[in-house]
Amino acid sequence: MSRKKTLHVPDAPFRPGDKPDFKNLDLPKAGEFEKPDVSVDPSEIQNLAFGLVRVLDDKHKAVGSWNPKLKPSVLKEGLRHMTLLRIFDDRMLTMQRQGKLSFYMKSLGEEAVAIAQGMALRPDDILFPSYRQPGLQFVRGRNLVDMICHCITNSKDNVKGRQMPVHYSWKEGNLVSISSPVGTQFPQAVGCAMASAYKGEDNVSISWLGDGTAAEGDFHYAINFASVFKAPVILNVVNNQWAISTHKNFSAGGSTFAARGIAYDLPSIRVDGNDFLALYSVTNWAAERARKGEGATFIEVFTYRAEAHSTSDDPTRYRPKDEWKAWPLGDPLERLKKHLIDLGEWSNADQKKLEKELDELVIKSYKEAEKYGTLNDGPWASEETLFEDVYKKPPRHLRKQRQELGI
Amino acid sequence: MAQMNIIQSVNSALDIILDKDPNVCIFGEDVGYFGGVFRCTDGLQAKYGKHRVFDSPLSEGGIVSTAIGMGINGLRPVAEIQFSDYIFPAFDQLTNELAKLRYRSGGEYWAPVTVRTPCGGGIRGGHYHSQSPEAYFTQTPGLKVVMPSNPYDTKGLLITSIEDDDPVIFFEPKRLYNGPFDGDHKKAALKWDTHPKGEVPEDYYSIPLGQAAIEREGSKVTVLTYGTMVHVAREAAESSGIDAEVIDLRSLVPLDIDTIESSVKKTGRCVIVHEAPRTSGFGGELSAQVQELCFYHLEAPIVRVTGWDTPFPHSLEWHYFPSQERVIEAMKKVMEH
Repeated sequence: MSRKKTLHVPDAPFRPGDKPDFKNLDLPKAGEFEKPDVSVDPSEIQNLAFGLVRVLDDKHKAVGSWNPKLKPSVLKEGLRHMTLLRIFDDRMLTMQRQGKLSFYMKSLGEEAVAIAQGMALRPDDILFPSYRQPGLQFVRGRNLVDMICHCITNSKDNVKGRQMPVHYSWKEGNLVSISSPVGTQFPQAVGCAMASAYKGEDNVSISWLGDGTAAEGDFHYAINFASVFKAPVILNVVNNQWAISTHKNFSAGGSTFAARGIAYDLPSIRVDGNDFLALYSVTNWAAERARKGEGATFIEVFTYRAEAHSTSDDPTRYRPKDEWKAWPLGDPLERLKKHLIDLGEWSNADQKKLEKELDELVIKSYKEAEKYGTLNDGPWASEETLFEDVYKKPPRHLRKQRQELGI
Repeated sequence: MAQMNIIQSVNSALDIILDKDPNVCIFGEDVGYFGGVFRCTDGLQAKYGKHRVFDSPLSEGGIVSTAIGMGINGLRPVAEIQFSDYIFPAFDQLTNELAKLRYRSGGEYWAPVTVRTPCGGGIRGGHYHSQSPEAYFTQTPGLKVVMPSNPYDTKGLLITSIEDDDPVIFFEPKRLYNGPFDGDHKKAALKWDTHPKGEVPEDYYSIPLGQAAIEREGSKVTVLTYGTMVHVAREAAESSGIDAEVIDLRSLVPLDIDTIESSVKKTGRCVIVHEAPRTSGFGGELSAQVQELCFYHLEAPIVRVTGWDTPFPHSLEWHYFPSQERVIEAMKKVMEH
């Protein structure tokens, strides 16, 4: 036996010019896994870390014990949020291309993640998203104009023009300020949950990060503290296969992300991230478990990043152009829509009508937001805000610097 | 000679050193197949192989710590931290490990690691894509800290840094990647072919660390600066007609104190300009050293022009970014004496 001649370096399965083919992915059928009791001992459900919880089958029917049996009105609400997110993203991207936003990030192909999971929670549950879960704000009823004012960095941007677009913060909706350094929110969510437990409150905290970010130290701090203190937290790795150009093969050697949770004695569940019902159900299960004092749940959301990482990225340089089309778990929005059609609750005509309505809403909101200024021409948050919020009250040296700038 | 921008000069330096030394390897986030988010490593994996130029997990602490291990075992790793704003998860490994390894082992062990990292503002990046964290590292004994301001210096200094047996943090001001930037964001962007140091030899050459360059000669006031601010300060002198000597420090540790001392003794006045915040910025150190060496030659108090002591803002970027006007005002202030 001898080792290879040099260092092993992994690769992505497909590169530009290759024909993407995912037939080797081991995809369990919808309904294959049983839903356990929320008080289950994690050691009894290790199969869920290697499997895939799916509810919507290939014929668009909801099957198995994980079926959350949601009312059609709730499904329609989910579809509405997902449709809105897709339209909102498209409009913001167009405006970014016209120079109205400095930057943008879309959720295409991952709309179900934030929306289904957000809908499975209570309004007092505290959200620590990454930059790819803006859909949470739709679920909690945030005003579109406010979201756009942040994205175009004008005078009504509630974070006072300090962050790049999509780095939302929304105290009223219990959505904690988003950071660009990836993964930092994960252990913070655990601490937040520890505080809820400390205070005897029954709300939960929830956080998301990506497959790439699961390589950061913060990921490991979080999962360990969550386990040790039985924190009422839901920790999600959104495995969308790509971190800019870095394929998930560079983040984890073999096995699933969910499997990591087993070593920490956490219930660890891998879920179809393009299946609204499965996401809702797993999140609801985890929240219920946390509220009962049984501690944290670790979830791998298995999906695909259909768009570029951001407007600064060009994915055709590192992956096949049509890779998303070959992704076997489909389009989350289409899957939910077809389920509703199958139930006799929806039609393609209804969808068209909804799209038209939401498109008009987004355009109207955009126009309204522009009244408060634009990134290029202002007005922005006033000049003196540059020196505010560094500390609770500006100390003397900052007051002096403000005078130096002449404001 | 060839016309290069800073991206191309980084690429050229890496290309030459990969060819010259089989123990050099390059890794970091997105640097392999993709060639880096700023394209600095474009084509190098295809040319030298997957094991020499490769993508790493997203883990800055992991990148720096494994680079140290590689360095201990005979390699000469060049690690990239995608934005210097993201260097902090690696802070412990950089400041407690990489910096102190030679000292704590009594000289038995060292790691010749170079960490390349884009820094600075002016790209509408907000506070997580605009920071200038050099002073955290200049205050750490054991690290060398370099920040070039043009393509010619970048290539020569990067080759020297990689060949150096001590660890080097190599800051690349990203606003300068594609052209010199004088601080006026409303003006059409200039390319490097408008600047003499956009001419870069295609072959190997090196520039020693610890040698400043005189960007502009003058006799009435010395301006000490580095990175993007070199161009802001030079144009401030040009546009105001003030007879200023602009010194591009190029490396902060080691520092070319001789060039600084003789210039300030000649002019009797000193203005210090950097993008990083003022409190405990590298300008504080420069000011102290100038005062220690040139006190009896100074005609006026030393003045600093810096970023404010706030995070780097997004919409108010140009209120933060030190402008030509602020540099001119500072030069006039010291000239009043």
